[in-house]
Amino acid sequence: MIDFELEPQVLERTKFFHTVAEHMMRPISRQYDEQEHEEPREFFETIWKGGARERQASGESGADRKGGARNLTTVIMAEELCWGDAGLFLSIPGPGLGGAAVAAAGTAEQKERFLKRFKDGEPKWGAMAITEPGCGSDSAAITTTARREGDYWVLNGTKIFCTAGQRALEKSDGFVVVWATVDKSAGRAGIKPFVVERGTPGVSVIRVESKLGIRVSDTAAIMLDNCRVPLDHILGSPKVEPSGGFKDVMATFDATRPIVAAMAIGVGRAALDFVRDFLRDQRLEIRYAIAPTRMTALERDFIEMETELEAARLLTWRAAWMLDRGIRNSLEASMAKAKAGSSVTRVTQKAVEIMGPLGYSRKYLLEKWMRDAKINDIFEGTQQINLLIVARRILGYSSKELT
Amino acid sequence: MIDFELSDEQKMVRDTVGAFAREQIRPAARQADEAAAIPPDLVQHAWNLGLVRGPVPEKLGGFGDQRSVLTGALAAEELAWGDLAIAMHVAAPQLFAFPIVEMGTDEQRQRFLPLVATDRFTAAGAATMEPRYDFDLSALATTATPDGSGFTLRGEKCCVPLADEARAFLVYAREEGASNGSAGGELHGLQAFIVEREASGLTVVEREKNMGLKALATYQLKLDDVKVSRDARLGAERPADTARLAAQSRVALAAMAVGVARAAFEYARDYAKERHAFGAPIATKQAIAFMLAEMALEVDAARLLTWQAASMLDKGLKALKESSRAKHYAASVALKVTDNALQILGGHGYIREHPVELWLRNARGFATFEGLAIV
Ligand SMILES: Cc1cc2nc3c(=O)[nH]c(=O)nc-3n(C[C@H](O)[C@H](O)[C@H](O)COP(=O)(O)OP(=O)(O)OC[C@H]3O[C@@H](n4cnc5c(N)ncnc54)[C@H](O)[C@@H]3O)c2cc1C
Repeated sequence: MIDFELEPQVLERTKFFHTVAEHMMRPISRQYDEQEHEEPREFFETIWKGGARERQASGESGADRKGGARNLTTVIMAEELCWGDAGLFLSIPGPGLGGAAVAAAGTAEQKERFLKRFKDGEPKWGAMAITEPGCGSDSAAITTTARREGDYWVLNGTKIFCTAGQRALEKSDGFVVVWATVDKSAGRAGIKPFVVERGTPGVSVIRVESKLGIRVSDTAAIMLDNCRVPLDHILGSPKVEPSGGFKDVMATFDATRPIVAAMAIGVGRAALDFVRDFLRDQRLEIRYAIAPTRMTALERDFIEMETELEAARLLTWRAAWMLDRGIRNSLEASMAKAKAGSSVTRVTQKAVEIMGPLGYSRKYLLEKWMRDAKINDIFEGTQQINLLIVARRILGYSSKELT
Repeated sequence: MIDFELSDEQKMVRDTVGAFAREQIRPAARQADEAAAIPPDLVQHAWNLGLVRGPVPEKLGGFGDQRSVLTGALAAEELAWGDLAIAMHVAAPQLFAFPIVEMGTDEQRQRFLPLVATDRFTAAGAATMEPRYDFDLSALATTATPDGSGFTLRGEKCCVPLADEARAFLVYAREEGASNGSAGGELHGLQAFIVEREASGLTVVEREKNMGLKALATYQLKLDDVKVSRDARLGAERPADTARLAAQSRVALAAMAVGVARAAFEYARDYAKERHAFGAPIATKQAIAFMLAEMALEVDAARLLTWQAASMLDKGLKALKESSRAKHYAASVALKVTDNALQILGGHGYIREHPVELWLRNARGFATFEGLAIV
């Protein structure tokens, strides 16, 4: 039965995450935006301790777990926490995208072996590296190679833009899942994920990027120079076959795109809330049900912004709900991501404009949210790539027919 | 007669300033943004182009050029193509000088123009904007109250360029008791007052921190009962047509927005032809090609609207509507084009190694700045 009301348990969680966002993230938001490469250690410690019980219970990152409202809860959490600070959200210690790759492509034994570190001890990060200087959207074109040599896989290449890469490799006992080709001639089928742990010989972080927004999140360039990883660090089967491997990464997008969409929505909502509260202080209430001839330009803009955000949110909830029901959602996940990325980019830009000199000033967080928002139009598939996926599906074209 | 061709002199100005922007401004832009400072040498070199001194009469230290709003727009576009913050820094003294050239009394010209018509760069500017979300040039909160011998100025200003170094400002305020239409043209009641840095009651508050234009030093200003004489009002007994000044300044803003947009368009175009994905340059994808095509035509459209307003002002027409729409249109084009350029660079656009994110941050400022504000 159609229903847009959140269940009480989910609502409870929402309130909790909102408190975290408001009291732990917002107060340090500006500081770690300005001091770009500094570490919010205290935040990491607190949030790591706070999440301990949950990690114990779930083994985390169970992107493969079905049933319940897990994905829906995750997107709602992402929205709340990104209402707090999207950069800090991306920096929260945990298995992250690396963990998601292990969960999607690893054997049961590998999941246990690689993910158990996240249950206790010091804060740790997992990361995922597929993007290279020469290719991002076209991830099947990667040139990093993996060659078998005795008891090791030897990796060579350069990865860029790896979220939490430095924290995974230098600041904690974490790992990066590196995608490399074991057989160039086999194309996609030859691309395999390797778990590269901290301290593996031949891996190094060569750079941490300076960015427009989400500055507290580390974006690392990683060099693999005859990097030797043990044989059992290849996730899943080493066999080059059409299924498995690369296809499994693509499947993780179905779960992560709605999360990125929700991140965007959280940032957009932060901006809208700020504008609404500000106007209210000026004794300006948005009047919803009045004639267009009487509506002010500001009211029209605001209502449009709010509607865009709500539309994006509903697309996102649908994509997450489908996943919870075990329904294939690639189309809907891309719709949500494309819509949320572009709407929130526009909404935050407009919010800055509405607030005039106050919007442009670094005295308030609004300008930061505009900078943060833009990343959602780029990572986890750019706007164009997500639209391409939607277009292929609605038209029934293959990736060869529509490029 | 319809004509889209620049004069030889205008081409020369465009090419000279363009070369300067390419060779000197652009290479300094990133460092200036990160360090929130512009190298003084660069500012001096820009000063030597004579853009500020040009229209000042020769006997007051200038070059006595016939001022043209259109030629000014050409120069502004080129400077901003190089870098907006640097462009606004070097243009800021115009905000002080040009209104005095055009609407000051002889006495005001003689007293204040020599301040800026010198060989060395001299900071001066205007205080127009106010730190309010609903800032409105036609309803300023800063007031000038007539008080027998002169005026008392009260209010708060923001985005005042170079206030810390400036010797004098033009402070824009709403003159109380001014009768309709008596002053300020369409912006009746809006008047400019020459205020020297040392005036008592004038405080330059902290330097502002904004999303963009980080290299441009702008300040908040407080005016606590600043007393100025009757002669301090621009034009003295013949109040200035501030609506005309605002229109000129909107044209300059529009031209700068066009410059930023053009910079981003060109960069993204070149990148898209170089960058390969899925076996071909990304420029061959219609999603990218159409975006670039639209960016190109929007830049041209914005420039034509700007030139139209400029040309009308040069003919002595008001161009109230034309200058406003040019400014608003160019501001939104600048935002859209820089945002699209970033998108075309993908993840690389989000990184501060490329200049595109800087252009996006700067471009967003245009919606905030009103005429008379920064240039
Ligand atoms: C802050 C940040 C964090 C990131 N985190 C990670 C991470 O943790 N791990 C990781 O592996 N990667 C990560 N990335 C990389 C990100 O996923 C890529 O940047 C993204 O996929 C785009 O790739 P690209 O930058 O190479 O752009 P390109 O692929 O070069 O694309 C350039 C432009 O071309 C367009 N385009 C490309 N192909 C087509 C087509 N077929 N049709 C139409 N248009 C097309 C794109 O939409 C874009 O506009 C991150 C990036 C950033 C900026």
